Amino acid sequence: MNALLTEPFLISLLFGAVTAGVPLLLAGLGEQISEKSGVLNIGLEGMMLCGAYAGFVTTWYTGSFWLGFLAGGAGGMAAALIVLLLCIRRGLNQIVIGIAITVGMQGLTSLLHFVEFSRTYPRLPAAPLLALPYLSRIPILGKGLFSHNPLVYLSIILVGVMSWVFRSTNLGLNLEAAGNKPAALDAAGVDVIRTRSFAVLATGFLAGLGGAYMANVGAGLFVPFMTNGAGVIGIVLAMLARGRPLWVLTGAALFGASLAMTTALQVAGIDIPTDVVQMLPFAIVMLVLVIFARHSMLPPALGFPYVRGER
Amino acid sequence: MTIGGKTIDAGSGSSAPAAALRVLIPVILALAGGAVILLALGKNPIDYYDYVIERSLLRWGGFQETLTRMAPLLLIAAGLIVAFRAGIWNLGGDGQFLLAAVASAALAPVLIGILPRAPTLVLCMLAGIAVGAIWSLIPAILKARYGVNEIITTLMMSFLGTSLSNVLIKLILRDPATTVPQTRSLPVDDRLPRLFGTTTHSGLLIAILAVILVHLVMTRTAFGLKLQVLGTNRAAAVHAGLRVERLTLLAFALSAGFIGLAGAVEVLGVWGTVRADWNPAYGLLVVPLVFLARFNGYAVIGFTLFFSALMVGGESAARRVGVPQHYVLVLVALLLVFLALVEYRDQARGKRVAV
Repeated sequence: MNALLTEPFLISLLFGAVTAGVPLLLAGLGEQISEKSGVLNIGLEGMMLCGAYAGFVTTWYTGSFWLGFLAGGAGGMAAALIVLLLCIRRGLNQIVIGIAITVGMQGLTSLLHFVEFSRTYPRLPAAPLLALPYLSRIPILGKGLFSHNPLVYLSIILVGVMSWVFRSTNLGLNLEAAGNKPAALDAAGVDVIRTRSFAVLATGFLAGLGGAYMANVGAGLFVPFMTNGAGVIGIVLAMLARGRPLWVLTGAALFGASLAMTTALQVAGIDIPTDVVQMLPFAIVMLVLVIFARHSMLPPALGFPYVRGER
Repeated sequence: MTIGGKTIDAGSGSSAPAAALRVLIPVILALAGGAVILLALGKNPIDYYDYVIERSLLRWGGFQETLTRMAPLLLIAAGLIVAFRAGIWNLGGDGQFLLAAVASAALAPVLIGILPRAPTLVLCMLAGIAVGAIWSLIPAILKARYGVNEIITTLMMSFLGTSLSNVLIKLILRDPATTVPQTRSLPVDDRLPRLFGTTTHSGLLIAILAVILVHLVMTRTAFGLKLQVLGTNRAAAVHAGLRVERLTLLAFALSAGFIGLAGAVEVLGVWGTVRADWNPAYGLLVVPLVFLARFNGYAVIGFTLFFSALMVGGESAARRVGVPQHYVLVLVALLLVFLALVEYRDQARGKRVAV
C-alpha cells in the first residue's frame, strides 16, 4: 500500500476529487433552490446533459471556455423552461415531466451529437487553470486543490453566497415560504409562481453549468449519456442537505473523492473492481441514515403545484 | 410523505371513446413533434414511422419481441402501483430488478442439475421476489419507524444494488468459460416455456395476471383500501387505527417483490444469464407510465404495449433511417409531455363542470 501514498498519486486523487465533485456540487446547489421553493426537480439529469452538450459545442466552435460555461447554463435553463411552463404555471405532475426531461434530453443530445459529429468524439484542448497565489505552492495540496479552473473557485464562493441568501435576504425567505406555506407567501403579496419560476431557472442554470464543466473541463469531450447518474446524486445530495448549502458541498466532496478514487486506483494498477469503490459513498450515506435515522425535513409543499384559492 | 400527490381516482368513469381519444391525441401530437425534428435533420419521418410500425407490430417476429418486452415492464408497473397507491415513492426499482436478476441467474444453472425444470423455474422466481423484497427492507424500516424520506433511501439502495450485482458477477458468480464477465447461463430449453409456439415466453402471462391481481386487490379488497388510506393521508390512517408501520413494510415488500420478479422473469425467459454492467434501466421509464395510467392496472397494460412497440420498433427503425438508436427517447419524452398535458386539460375541465 505504500506505493499508493506517493506524491503524484495523492495529487491526482485530490485533483480528480475536485473535478468530479464540482458538477455534483453545482447540480446539488441548484436542486436545493428548487426544493426549497417547493419544486421537486427530477429532471436535473436532463438539465445537466443539455448544459453539457450546449457547453461543449459552444467551446468547440468558439474556443472560449467562458462562453461554453454560459451556453451550458443557458442550455440547462432551456430545459428548466419546460418545468416552468408545464409544472409551475400549469401544475402538471412534476415527476412525469421531470422524467420526460431526463429521457428527452438523453435522446436529444445523442441525436444532436450524432448529427454534428457523427460517431466521432473530438477532444477540446486542456481547460485553462488558475493557480491561486501562495496557496498553490503548498506541497501536494497546492497542486491538488488550488490549481483548478476558475469556475471551481466560483462554485465554492457560491456555497457561501447561497448560505447568506437563504439566511438573511428577502429572496431566501420568499423561497422558503414558497416551499413551506405558499398561501402565506401569496397573502403577503409575493407572487408564488414567480418565486418558483425563478428558483427553477436558477436550478437549470446551475445544473447546466455543472454539465458544461463536466464535459469541457472534466472530460474534455462530449459523450451521449455522459452524466451517468450525476443528476440523481445531485437530487440525493440536495435532499440530504436539508436546505443547507454547506452540506451539499460536504456530500459532493465525499462522492467526488470516491469517483476519483476509482480512477486513481486503476491508474495505480490496483486490481479491485471499480464497482466496489463506487459503492462506498452510497454505503456511507446509508450507514449514516441508519445510525442517525431521522426525518429529512423536506418542505411540506414540495411537489404540489400552487393554485390560488385552493385548499 | 406525499410529493406532487393529487388524489387519484382509480376508475375514472369516462366513456370508452373519450378514453381512446385521451390516448390517441397525445400519440398523434408526439409523433408529429418527432416528425418535425426528423424533418429538421433532413430525414424522412414517414420512412421512420412506417418502419417502426412494420417492425414492432405488423411483422410477426417483431410483434412477438414487443410482447416479450412487455413482461418485465408490466411486472415493474405492478410493483409501482402497490407502492404509489400506498403513498410510497419506491424509485429504487433498478437495483431491486438487477439484484433479483442476478440471484435467479446464479441459482438457475445450479438447481437445474438437481431438480426438474418446473420447480427450478418456480424456485428461481421466488428467489427473485425475496431478493427484491430484501433489498427494500432498509428503506422500508427507515420509513416505517423513523419517517426517513424513501426517495433518498431507495435511490441510494438502487445505486448500491446496481454496483453490488456487478461485483457479484465479476468476483463470485463469474462463469470461467466466458471472456466477458457473466453468470453461468441457463440452457435455452430450460428457460420459461414459450407461449403457443411463439418466441414470447410465459412470463408475459405471469405479468398480465400480476397486474390484474394487483388492480383487483387494490380496488376491491379491505387490504387495498387500507393501503390507499395510508397513501392518501397518513395521519388519517393512524387515527383510523391502521397498523401503519406494518402496512408500510408490507407495501414496500410487495412492491419490491414484484420488481424482483420482473428481474427473474427477464433472466429466466429471455437471457438465461446476466452480464456485468447490464442495466436496462426500465425502472425510470415505467414510473411515468404508471402515473399516466392513474395507477389503473388495465390502463397500464395498454400503455406498456404501446411503449414496448415504440422501443422495439424505434431501435431498429433508427438504423434504417440513419439516426442514432436513442432518438426513440425523444419520442418517449414528447409522448409523456403530451399525455400529461391532455390529462391536465381533462382535470381542469372536470373541475369546471363540478363547480
